[in-house]
Amino acid sequence: MTILTRRSFGALIGASAATLAAPSLLRANTTGRLVIIGGGFGGASAARFARITYPEVEVTLIEPYPTFITCPYGNLILGGKRELPQITHSYDGLRARGVTVLQDRAADIDPVAKSVRLASGADVGYDKLIVSPGIGLRWGAIEGYDEAAAQIFPHAWMGGDGSQITLLRQQLEALPEGGVVGLAIPGNPFRCPPGPYERISMIAHYLKQANPTAKILAFDAKEGFSKQGLFQDTWAELYGDMIEWVPGNQDGKIVRVDVENKLFISEFGEEHRVDVGNVIAPQFAAAIARDTGLADESGWVPVNSRTFEANAAADIHVIGDANIAAPLPKSGYIANSTSKTAVAAALAEMTGQPAPSDPVYFNTCYSHGGADYGFSVVGVFRPTDEGFAETPDSGGISPRGPLSELAENRRLEASYADAWYDSITRDMFS
Amino acid sequence: MSTPRVRLPRSASAGEEIEIRTLIDHPMVTGLSSDNPRDMLARFDARMNGQTVLSYDFGNGSAANPTFTFYLRAAAPGDFEFIWTHEDGTEFRAEGSVSVS
Repeated sequence: MTILTRRSFGALIGASAATLAAPSLLRANTTGRLVIIGGGFGGASAARFARITYPEVEVTLIEPYPTFITCPYGNLILGGKRELPQITHSYDGLRARGVTVLQDRAADIDPVAKSVRLASGADVGYDKLIVSPGIGLRWGAIEGYDEAAAQIFPHAWMGGDGSQITLLRQQLEALPEGGVVGLAIPGNPFRCPPGPYERISMIAHYLKQANPTAKILAFDAKEGFSKQGLFQDTWAELYGDMIEWVPGNQDGKIVRVDVENKLFISEFGEEHRVDVGNVIAPQFAAAIARDTGLADESGWVPVNSRTFEANAAADIHVIGDANIAAPLPKSGYIANSTSKTAVAAALAEMTGQPAPSDPVYFNTCYSHGGADYGFSVVGVFRPTDEGFAETPDSGGISPRGPLSELAENRRLEASYADAWYDSITRDMFS
Repeated sequence: MSTPRVRLPRSASAGEEIEIRTLIDHPMVTGLSSDNPRDMLARFDARMNGQTVLSYDFGNGSAANPTFTFYLRAAAPGDFEFIWTHEDGTEFRAEGSVSVS
Protein backbone atom coordinates (compact mmCIF):
# COMPACT_ATOMS: atom_id res chain seq x y z
CA MET A 1 0.00 0.00 0.00
CA THR A 2 1.02 3.64 -0.33
CA ILE A 3 2.46 5.07 2.84
CA LEU A 4 0.72 8.30 3.77
CA THR A 5 2.33 10.87 5.94
CA ARG A 6 0.12 12.50 8.52
CA ARG A 7 0.12 15.71 6.49
CA SER A 8 -0.83 14.14 3.18
CA PHE A 9 -3.39 11.96 4.94
CA GLY A 10 -5.10 15.06 6.30
CA ALA A 11 -5.09 16.66 2.89
CA LEU A 12 -6.54 13.54 1.36
CA ILE A 13 -9.45 13.50 3.77
CA GLY A 14 -10.35 17.04 2.80
CA ALA A 15 -9.97 16.44 -0.87
CA SER A 16 -11.87 13.23 -1.09
CA ALA A 17 -14.78 13.56 1.29
CA ALA A 18 -17.06 12.56 -1.55
CA THR A 19 -15.24 9.25 -2.02
CA LEU A 20 -15.14 8.03 1.57
CA ALA A 21 -16.30 4.62 0.50
CA ALA A 22 -13.31 4.15 -1.78
CA PRO A 23 -11.27 1.08 -0.79
CA SER A 24 -8.13 3.09 -0.12
CA LEU A 25 -9.85 4.90 2.70
CA LEU A 26 -11.50 1.98 4.43
CA ARG A 27 -8.64 2.01 6.93
CA ALA A 28 -9.32 5.63 7.64
CA ASN A 29 -8.03 5.68 11.22
CA THR A 30 -4.60 4.28 10.55
CA THR A 31 -1.49 5.77 9.02
CA GLY A 32 0.14 2.44 8.44
CA ARG A 33 0.64 -1.08 9.67
CA LEU A 34 3.38 -2.06 12.10
CA VAL A 35 3.70 -5.82 12.49
CA ILE A 36 5.85 -7.28 15.25
CA ILE A 37 7.14 -10.86 15.35
CA GLY A 38 7.75 -12.03 18.90
CA GLY A 39 6.11 -10.92 22.13
CA GLY A 40 9.09 -10.87 24.48
CA PHE A 41 11.22 -8.09 25.89
CA GLY A 42 11.79 -6.57 22.44
CA GLY A 43 8.44 -7.20 20.78
CA ALA A 44 6.06 -6.49 23.66
CA SER A 45 7.97 -3.30 24.52
CA ALA A 46 7.82 -2.25 20.87
CA ALA A 47 4.07 -2.90 20.66
CA ARG A 48 3.24 -0.94 23.79
CA PHE A 49 5.56 1.95 22.90
CA ALA A 50 4.12 2.14 19.38
CA ARG A 51 0.51 2.26 20.60
CA ILE A 52 1.28 5.01 23.12
CA THR A 53 3.51 7.13 20.91
CA TYR A 54 1.92 6.63 17.49
CA PRO A 55 -1.77 5.93 18.17
CA GLU A 56 -2.60 6.35 14.48
CA VAL A 57 -0.50 3.29 13.59
CA GLU A 58 -2.11 -0.14 13.52
CA VAL A 59 -0.05 -2.64 15.56
CA THR A 60 -0.18 -6.42 15.18
CA LEU A 61 1.85 -8.73 17.41
CA ILE A 62 2.54 -12.31 16.31
CA GLU A 63 3.46 -14.61 19.19
CA PRO A 64 3.06 -18.39 19.37
CA TYR A 65 2.59 -18.66 23.14
CA PRO A 66 -0.57 -17.46 24.90
CA THR A 67 1.45 -15.89 27.72
CA PHE A 68 5.05 -14.77 28.16
CA ILE A 69 7.34 -16.36 30.72
CA THR A 70 10.38 -14.20 31.36
CA CYS A 71 13.89 -15.63 31.37
CA PRO A 72 14.92 -12.94 33.87
CA TYR A 73 13.83 -14.15 37.29
CA GLY A 74 13.55 -17.71 35.97
CA ASN A 75 16.63 -18.53 38.03
CA LEU A 76 14.72 -17.42 41.12
CA ILE A 77 12.34 -20.32 40.54
CA LEU A 78 15.36 -22.61 40.88
CA GLY A 79 16.32 -20.76 44.05
CA GLY A 80 12.83 -21.18 45.50
CA LYS A 81 12.29 -17.42 45.62
CA ARG A 82 9.59 -17.23 42.92
CA GLU A 83 6.85 -19.43 41.45
CA LEU A 84 6.10 -19.72 37.73
CA PRO A 85 2.87 -17.64 37.80
CA GLN A 86 4.88 -14.70 39.19
CA ILE A 87 6.99 -14.53 36.03
CA THR A 88 4.14 -15.29 33.59
CA HIS A 89 2.61 -12.31 31.81
CA SER A 90 -0.63 -11.91 29.86
CA TYR A 91 -1.03 -10.07 26.56
CA ASP A 92 -4.40 -8.67 27.69
CA GLY A 93 -2.81 -5.34 28.63
CA LEU A 94 -1.52 -4.95 25.08
CA ARG A 95 -4.90 -5.98 23.67
CA ALA A 96 -6.54 -3.31 25.83
CA ARG A 97 -4.19 -0.78 24.23
CA GLY A 98 -5.41 -1.77 20.80
CA VAL A 99 -2.69 -4.22 19.79
CA THR A 100 -3.98 -7.07 17.63
CA VAL A 101 -2.36 -10.14 19.20
CA LEU A 102 -2.24 -13.15 16.90
CA GLN A 103 -1.38 -16.36 18.72
CA ASP A 104 0.49 -17.96 15.87
CA ARG A 105 3.99 -18.63 14.66
CA ALA A 106 5.59 -16.51 11.94
CA ALA A 107 6.68 -19.07 9.34
CA ASP A 108 8.04 -16.86 6.58
CA ILE A 109 8.54 -13.24 5.53
CA ASP A 110 8.06 -11.91 2.00
CA PRO A 111 10.06 -8.64 1.99
CA VAL A 112 8.89 -7.75 -1.54
CA ALA A 113 5.15 -8.22 -1.04
CA LYS A 114 5.76 -7.04 2.56
CA SER A 115 3.82 -9.72 4.34
CA VAL A 116 4.36 -12.32 7.03
CA ARG A 117 3.16 -15.87 6.42
CA LEU A 118 1.76 -17.46 9.57
CA ALA A 119 2.07 -21.14 10.42
CA SER A 120 -1.73 -21.31 10.18
CA GLY A 121 -1.42 -20.24 6.53
CA ALA A 122 -2.71 -16.66 6.72
CA ASP A 123 -0.71 -13.70 5.43
CA VAL A 124 -0.32 -10.50 7.44
CA GLY A 125 0.70 -7.45 5.41
CA TYR A 126 2.95 -4.79 6.89
CA ASP A 127 4.38 -1.41 6.07
CA LYS A 128 7.09 -1.82 8.70
CA LEU A 129 8.12 -5.03 10.39
CA ILE A 130 9.81 -5.47 13.75
CA VAL A 131 11.43 -8.89 14.16
CA SER A 132 12.15 -9.80 17.78
CA PRO A 133 12.02 -13.60 17.82
CA GLY A 134 14.81 -14.29 20.32
CA ILE A 135 17.16 -17.22 20.07
CA GLY A 136 17.22 -20.75 18.78
CA LEU A 137 19.37 -23.50 20.23
CA ARG A 138 21.99 -25.10 18.01
CA TRP A 139 20.84 -28.67 18.46
CA GLY A 140 23.73 -31.02 17.84
CA ALA A 141 26.42 -28.39 18.41
CA ILE A 142 27.09 -30.35 21.57
CA GLU A 143 27.08 -33.91 20.27
CA GLY A 144 24.09 -35.84 21.59
CA TYR A 145 22.20 -32.74 22.69
CA ASP A 146 18.92 -32.56 20.79
CA GLU A 147 15.30 -31.84 21.67
CA ALA A 148 14.83 -35.31 23.15
CA ALA A 149 17.98 -34.95 25.27
CA ALA A 150 16.61 -31.65 26.61
CA GLN A 151 13.89 -33.67 28.35
CA ILE A 152 16.64 -35.28 30.45
CA PHE A 153 19.24 -32.51 30.57
CA PRO A 154 17.02 -29.39 30.38
CA HIS A 155 18.41 -26.19 28.91
CA ALA A 156 15.82 -23.96 30.63
CA TRP A 157 17.14 -21.08 28.54
CA MET A 158 13.91 -20.09 26.75
CA GLY A 159 10.67 -19.27 28.55
CA GLY A 160 8.40 -21.11 26.11
CA ASP A 161 5.59 -22.88 27.94
CA GLY A 162 7.53 -22.97 31.22
CA SER A 163 8.13 -26.72 31.07
CA GLN A 164 11.93 -26.47 30.89
CA ILE A 165 12.46 -24.36 34.00
CA THR A 166 9.84 -26.46 35.80
CA LEU A 167 11.67 -29.66 34.83
CA LEU A 168 14.99 -28.34 36.08
CA ARG A 169 13.41 -27.27 39.37
CA GLN A 170 11.84 -30.71 39.81
CA GLN A 171 15.15 -32.41 39.08
CA LEU A 172 16.88 -30.27 41.71
CA GLU A 173 14.20 -31.21 44.23
CA ALA A 174 14.77 -34.90 43.40
CA LEU A 175 18.58 -34.64 43.56
CA PRO A 176 19.99 -37.43 45.75
CA GLU A 177 21.66 -36.34 48.96
CA GLY A 178 25.18 -35.17 48.12
CA GLY A 179 24.44 -35.43 44.39
CA VAL A 180 26.13 -33.53 41.56
CA VAL A 181 24.51 -30.79 39.49
CA GLY A 182 26.40 -30.16 36.25
CA LEU A 183 26.05 -27.10 34.06
CA ALA A 184 27.43 -26.75 30.54
CA ILE A 185 27.89 -23.08 29.65
CA PRO A 186 28.53 -21.88 26.09
CA GLY A 187 31.04 -19.50 24.54
CA ASN A 188 30.07 -15.97 23.51
CA PRO A 189 27.74 -14.69 22.25
CA PHE A 190 24.71 -16.07 24.03
CA ARG A 191 21.51 -14.84 25.70
CA CYS A 192 22.00 -13.17 29.09
CA PRO A 193 25.77 -13.13 29.75
CA PRO A 194 25.49 -13.23 33.58
CA GLY A 195 22.53 -15.65 33.50
CA PRO A 196 24.42 -18.94 33.91
CA TYR A 197 26.28 -17.60 36.93
CA GLU A 198 23.14 -16.26 38.59
CA ARG A 199 21.70 -19.70 37.95
CA ILE A 200 24.66 -21.36 39.68
CA SER A 201 24.10 -19.00 42.63
CA MET A 202 20.37 -19.67 42.84
CA ILE A 203 20.83 -23.45 42.59
CA ALA A 204 23.40 -23.18 45.40
CA HIS A 205 20.98 -21.03 47.41
CA TYR A 206 18.38 -23.78 47.17
CA LEU A 207 20.79 -26.66 47.79
CA LYS A 208 22.39 -24.98 50.79
CA GLN A 209 19.09 -25.42 52.59
CA ALA A 210 17.70 -28.57 50.96
CA ASN A 211 20.81 -30.65 50.20
CA PRO A 212 23.88 -29.02 51.74
CA THR A 213 26.37 -31.75 50.78
CA ALA A 214 25.46 -31.50 47.08
CA LYS A 215 28.01 -30.21 44.54
CA ILE A 216 27.69 -27.91 41.56
CA LEU A 217 30.14 -28.44 38.71
CA ALA A 218 29.96 -25.63 36.18
CA PHE A 219 31.78 -26.39 32.93
CA ASP A 220 32.41 -23.34 30.81
CA ALA A 221 33.60 -22.99 27.22
CA LYS A 222 35.02 -19.59 28.21
CA GLU A 223 37.87 -18.40 30.41
CA GLY A 224 35.97 -15.47 31.91
CA PHE A 225 32.44 -14.16 32.33
CA SER A 226 30.25 -11.20 33.21
CA LYS A 227 30.56 -9.91 36.78
CA GLN A 228 33.04 -12.74 37.42
CA GLY A 229 34.65 -11.20 40.50
CA LEU A 230 31.31 -10.46 42.12
CA PHE A 231 29.98 -13.94 41.44
CA GLN A 232 33.10 -15.69 42.66
CA ASP A 233 33.11 -13.54 45.83
CA THR A 234 29.48 -14.54 46.36
CA TRP A 235 30.17 -18.22 45.90
CA ALA A 236 33.07 -18.17 48.33
CA GLU A 237 31.16 -16.11 50.90
CA LEU A 238 27.81 -17.87 50.80
CA TYR A 239 28.39 -21.38 49.53
CA GLY A 240 31.89 -22.43 50.61
CA ASP A 241 33.19 -25.24 48.43
CA MET A 242 29.82 -26.28 46.99
CA ILE A 243 30.58 -24.70 43.59
CA GLU A 244 33.41 -25.58 41.23
CA TRP A 245 33.75 -23.54 38.04
CA VAL A 246 35.92 -25.12 35.33
CA PRO A 247 36.99 -22.67 32.61
CA GLY A 248 37.64 -23.53 28.98
CA ASN A 249 41.40 -23.43 29.47
CA GLN A 250 41.10 -26.13 32.12
CA ASP A 251 39.15 -28.41 29.81
CA GLY A 252 35.77 -26.93 30.78
CA LYS A 253 34.30 -27.01 27.28
CA ILE A 254 31.67 -29.75 27.04
CA VAL A 255 31.54 -31.19 23.52
CA ARG A 256 29.32 -34.24 24.01
CA VAL A 257 26.60 -35.41 26.38
CA ASP A 258 25.38 -38.94 27.05
CA VAL A 259 21.92 -38.63 28.54
CA GLU A 260 21.50 -42.37 29.12
CA ASN A 261 24.56 -42.55 31.35
CA LYS A 262 24.19 -38.94 32.54
CA LEU A 263 27.63 -37.91 31.32
CA PHE A 264 29.17 -34.62 30.24
CA ILE A 265 32.23 -35.24 28.03
CA SER A 266 34.86 -32.51 27.73
CA GLU A 267 36.91 -31.37 24.77
CA PHE A 268 39.86 -33.51 25.90
CA GLY A 269 37.72 -36.54 26.59
CA GLU A 270 37.14 -36.40 30.33
CA GLU A 271 33.82 -37.91 31.40
CA HIS A 272 31.93 -36.23 34.23
CA ARG A 273 28.97 -38.02 35.76
CA VAL A 274 26.16 -35.74 36.91
CA ASP A 275 22.85 -36.41 38.64
CA VAL A 276 21.22 -33.31 37.19
CA GLY A 277 22.53 -31.79 33.96
CA ASN A 278 21.66 -28.31 32.76
CA VAL A 279 22.95 -27.81 29.22
CA ILE A 280 22.88 -24.17 28.19
CA ALA A 281 23.49 -25.02 24.56
CA PRO A 282 25.20 -22.78 21.99
CA GLN A 283 22.73 -20.45 20.32
CA PHE A 284 21.87 -18.43 17.22
CA ALA A 285 18.99 -16.23 16.14
CA ALA A 286 15.56 -17.89 16.12
CA ALA A 287 14.61 -19.81 12.97
CA ILE A 288 12.49 -17.06 11.40
CA ALA A 289 15.55 -14.76 11.29
CA ARG A 290 17.80 -17.44 9.78
CA ASP A 291 15.38 -19.08 7.35
CA THR A 292 14.54 -15.73 5.76
CA GLY A 293 18.17 -14.74 5.15
CA LEU A 294 18.16 -11.90 7.70
CA ALA A 295 20.96 -13.58 9.64
CA ASP A 296 24.47 -13.84 8.22
CA GLU A 297 26.83 -16.82 8.46
CA SER A 298 27.35 -16.09 12.17
CA GLY A 299 23.74 -17.11 12.77
CA TRP A 300 22.84 -13.62 14.06
CA VAL A 301 21.33 -10.62 12.26
CA PRO A 302 23.54 -7.63 11.42
CA VAL A 303 21.65 -4.34 11.77
CA ASN A 304 22.01 -0.60 11.31
CA SER A 305 23.13 0.77 14.66
CA ARG A 306 20.78 3.79 14.53
CA THR A 307 17.61 2.19 13.20
CA PHE A 308 18.03 -1.57 13.78
CA GLU A 309 16.99 -2.07 10.17
CA ALA A 310 18.43 -5.39 8.98
CA ASN A 311 21.36 -5.04 6.58
CA ALA A 312 19.70 -7.69 4.42
CA ALA A 313 16.22 -6.17 3.98
CA ALA A 314 14.55 -2.76 3.95
CA ASP A 315 11.65 -2.02 6.30
CA ILE A 316 12.54 -4.94 8.59
CA HIS A 317 14.00 -3.95 11.95
CA VAL A 318 15.54 -6.68 14.09
CA ILE A 319 15.86 -6.19 17.84
CA GLY A 320 16.56 -8.24 20.92
CA ASP A 321 18.77 -11.29 21.22
CA ALA A 322 18.48 -12.19 17.51
CA ASN A 323 20.68 -9.35 16.30
CA ILE A 324 24.43 -8.74 16.48
CA ALA A 325 24.97 -5.48 18.28
CA ALA A 326 28.08 -6.08 20.38
CA PRO A 327 29.08 -4.61 22.77
CA LEU A 328 25.37 -4.37 23.59
CA PRO A 329 24.65 -7.50 25.63
CA LYS A 330 21.86 -9.90 24.73
CA SER A 331 19.67 -8.82 27.62
CA GLY A 332 16.00 -8.10 28.21
CA TYR A 333 16.83 -4.54 29.16
CA ILE A 334 18.69 -3.90 25.88
CA ALA A 335 15.78 -5.43 23.95
CA ASN A 336 13.42 -3.05 25.74
CA SER A 337 15.69 -0.02 25.37
CA THR A 338 16.46 -0.57 21.69
CA SER A 339 12.86 -1.44 20.81
CA LYS A 340 11.84 2.18 21.23
CA THR A 341 14.60 3.48 18.95
CA ALA A 342 13.73 0.83 16.38
CA VAL A 343 10.01 1.71 16.43
CA ALA A 344 10.68 5.46 16.26
CA ALA A 345 13.10 4.96 13.34
CA ALA A 346 10.73 2.59 11.54
CA LEU A 347 7.69 4.84 11.88
CA ALA A 348 9.38 8.21 11.34
CA GLU A 349 8.59 8.43 7.67
CA MET A 350 4.96 7.34 7.82
CA THR A 351 4.10 9.41 10.88
CA GLY A 352 6.03 12.49 9.84
CA GLN A 353 7.90 12.53 13.13
CA PRO A 354 11.69 12.73 13.22
CA ALA A 355 13.77 9.60 13.68
CA PRO A 356 15.98 9.60 16.79
CA SER A 357 19.09 11.58 15.80
CA ASP A 358 21.35 10.65 18.72
CA PRO A 359 20.01 7.40 20.18
CA VAL A 360 21.38 6.07 23.46
CA TYR A 361 20.98 2.46 24.54
CA PHE A 362 20.87 1.57 28.20
CA ASN A 363 21.48 -1.69 29.95
CA THR A 364 21.33 -2.77 33.55
CA CYS A 365 21.74 -6.41 34.48
CA TYR A 366 20.91 -7.28 38.06
CA SER A 367 21.85 -10.67 39.42
CA HIS A 368 20.73 -12.39 42.59
CA GLY A 369 23.51 -14.18 44.45
CA GLY A 370 21.50 -15.34 47.44
CA ALA A 371 18.82 -14.18 49.85
CA ASP A 372 18.75 -10.36 49.93
CA TYR A 373 21.95 -10.39 47.94
CA GLY A 374 22.03 -8.57 44.61
CA PHE A 375 24.53 -6.77 42.40
CA SER A 376 24.52 -5.19 38.99
CA VAL A 377 26.38 -3.94 35.97
CA VAL A 378 25.28 -0.88 34.01
CA GLY A 379 26.25 0.00 30.46
CA VAL A 380 25.48 2.99 28.24
CA PHE A 381 25.99 2.62 24.50
CA ARG A 382 25.72 4.72 21.35
CA PRO A 383 25.86 4.02 17.64
CA THR A 384 29.08 4.70 15.76
CA ASP A 385 29.82 4.65 12.06
CA GLU A 386 31.08 1.08 12.41
CA GLY A 387 28.42 -0.26 14.77
CA PHE A 388 27.99 0.26 18.47
CA ALA A 389 30.31 1.43 21.24
CA GLU A 390 30.14 1.75 24.99
CA THR A 391 30.11 5.43 25.97
CA PRO A 392 33.41 6.28 27.70
CA ASP A 393 33.31 6.90 31.47
CA SER A 394 29.71 5.71 31.72
CA GLY A 395 28.10 2.76 33.42
CA GLY A 396 29.63 0.84 36.25
CA ILE A 397 29.55 -2.26 38.37
CA SER A 398 28.71 -2.99 42.02
CA PRO A 399 31.59 -2.68 44.47
CA ARG A 400 33.53 -5.74 45.61
CA GLY A 401 34.52 -6.34 49.17
CA PRO A 402 33.74 -8.40 52.26
CA LEU A 403 30.07 -9.09 52.89
CA SER A 404 30.46 -7.67 56.40
CA GLU A 405 30.97 -4.25 54.80
CA LEU A 406 28.61 -4.60 51.86
CA ALA A 407 25.58 -6.42 53.29
CA GLU A 408 23.38 -3.32 53.16
CA ASN A 409 24.51 -2.56 49.61
CA ARG A 410 23.73 -6.13 48.51
CA ARG A 411 20.33 -6.04 50.24
CA LEU A 412 19.43 -2.77 48.54
CA GLU A 413 20.50 -4.02 45.12
CA ALA A 414 18.32 -7.11 45.55
CA SER A 415 15.35 -4.83 46.18
CA TYR A 416 16.33 -2.63 43.21
CA ALA A 417 16.38 -5.78 41.09
CA ASP A 418 12.83 -6.63 42.18
CA ALA A 419 11.75 -3.08 41.35
CA TRP A 420 13.49 -3.29 37.97
CA TYR A 421 11.58 -6.46 37.18
CA ASP A 422 8.25 -4.92 38.12
CA SER A 423 8.85 -1.77 36.13
CA ILE A 424 10.20 -3.35 32.96
CA THR A 425 7.40 -5.92 32.78
CA ARG A 426 4.91 -3.07 33.18
CA ASP A 427 6.68 -1.25 30.36
CA MET A 428 6.04 -4.36 28.26
CA PHE A 429 2.58 -5.53 29.24
CA SER A 430 0.53 -2.94 31.14
CA MET B 1 48.15 -29.73 38.97
CA SER B 2 49.93 -29.58 35.61
CA THR B 3 47.60 -32.15 34.09
CA PRO B 4 48.57 -32.56 30.43
CA ARG B 5 45.71 -33.27 28.02
CA VAL B 6 45.82 -34.14 24.35
CA ARG B 7 43.17 -34.76 21.74
CA LEU B 8 43.89 -36.45 18.45
CA PRO B 9 41.94 -38.80 16.19
CA ARG B 10 42.33 -42.53 16.77
CA SER B 11 42.51 -43.18 13.05
CA ALA B 12 42.86 -41.32 9.77
CA SER B 13 43.02 -42.17 6.10
CA ALA B 14 46.37 -41.82 4.35
CA GLY B 15 47.02 -38.21 3.35
CA GLU B 16 44.24 -36.83 5.58
CA GLU B 17 44.94 -33.68 7.58
CA ILE B 18 44.53 -34.41 11.28
CA GLU B 19 44.02 -31.93 14.11
CA ILE B 20 46.01 -32.28 17.32
CA ARG B 21 45.09 -30.25 20.37
CA THR B 22 46.97 -30.03 23.63
CA LEU B 23 46.30 -28.32 26.93
CA ILE B 24 48.20 -28.25 30.20
CA ASP B 25 47.05 -26.77 33.50
CA HIS B 26 49.84 -24.47 34.52
CA PRO B 27 49.76 -21.00 36.15
CA MET B 28 52.76 -19.66 34.14
CA VAL B 29 53.76 -17.21 36.86
CA THR B 30 56.53 -14.86 35.70
CA GLY B 31 57.37 -13.65 39.20
CA LEU B 32 57.47 -10.09 37.93
CA SER B 33 54.09 -8.78 39.02
CA SER B 34 53.31 -10.52 42.29
CA ASP B 35 54.89 -11.95 45.38
CA ASN B 36 54.59 -15.44 43.92
CA PRO B 37 57.91 -16.93 42.84
CA ARG B 38 58.55 -17.62 39.18
CA ASP B 39 56.90 -20.83 38.00
CA MET B 40 57.14 -21.19 34.22
CA LEU B 41 57.26 -23.89 31.62
CA ALA B 42 60.27 -23.50 29.34
CA ARG B 43 59.41 -25.63 26.34
CA PHE B 44 56.85 -27.77 24.58
CA ASP B 45 57.79 -30.60 22.22
CA ALA B 46 55.58 -32.82 20.09
CA ARG B 47 57.24 -35.91 18.60
CA MET B 48 55.90 -38.38 16.07
CA ASN B 49 57.69 -41.74 15.89
CA GLY B 50 60.62 -40.15 17.70
CA GLN B 51 60.89 -37.18 15.30
CA THR B 52 60.15 -33.66 16.51
CA VAL B 53 57.17 -32.23 14.62
CA LEU B 54 56.64 -29.11 16.74
CA SER B 55 58.64 -27.36 19.43
CA TYR B 56 57.96 -24.11 21.18
CA ASP B 57 59.93 -22.03 23.70
CA PHE B 58 57.65 -20.31 26.19
CA GLY B 59 58.34 -16.71 27.14
CA ASN B 60 57.01 -14.36 29.78
CA GLY B 61 54.09 -13.46 27.50
CA SER B 62 52.65 -16.96 27.61
CA ALA B 63 49.18 -17.27 29.12
CA ALA B 64 48.24 -19.61 31.93
CA ASN B 65 47.08 -23.07 30.84
CA PRO B 66 48.78 -22.90 27.44
CA THR B 67 47.05 -24.72 24.61
CA PHE B 68 48.27 -25.66 21.15
CA THR B 69 46.27 -26.70 18.12
CA PHE B 70 48.22 -27.91 15.09
CA TYR B 71 47.67 -29.94 11.98
CA LEU B 72 49.61 -32.77 10.37
CA ARG B 73 49.13 -34.72 7.22
CA ALA B 74 48.90 -38.38 8.15
CA ALA B 75 51.13 -40.31 5.80
CA ALA B 76 51.86 -43.24 8.09
CA PRO B 77 50.71 -44.51 11.50
CA GLY B 78 52.10 -42.33 14.25
CA ASP B 79 53.00 -42.76 17.90
CA PHE B 80 53.03 -39.36 19.49
CA GLU B 81 54.80 -38.03 22.57
CA PHE B 82 54.04 -34.61 24.01
CA ILE B 83 56.50 -33.17 26.49
CA TRP B 84 56.23 -29.97 28.54
CA THR B 85 59.51 -29.08 30.24
CA HIS B 86 59.53 -26.78 33.26
CA GLU B 87 62.33 -24.27 33.75
CA ASP B 88 63.43 -26.40 36.70
CA GLY B 89 63.81 -29.41 34.38
CA THR B 90 60.67 -31.29 35.43
CA GLU B 91 58.91 -32.95 32.51
CA PHE B 92 55.18 -33.53 32.05
CA ARG B 93 54.27 -36.06 29.41
CA ALA B 94 51.30 -37.31 27.42
CA GLU B 95 51.06 -39.87 24.63
CA GLY B 96 48.74 -40.87 21.85
CA SER B 97 48.68 -42.73 18.58
CA VAL B 98 46.93 -42.48 15.26
CA SER B 99 46.39 -45.45 12.99
CA VAL B 100 46.42 -44.76 9.26
CA SER B 101 44.56 -46.85 6.72
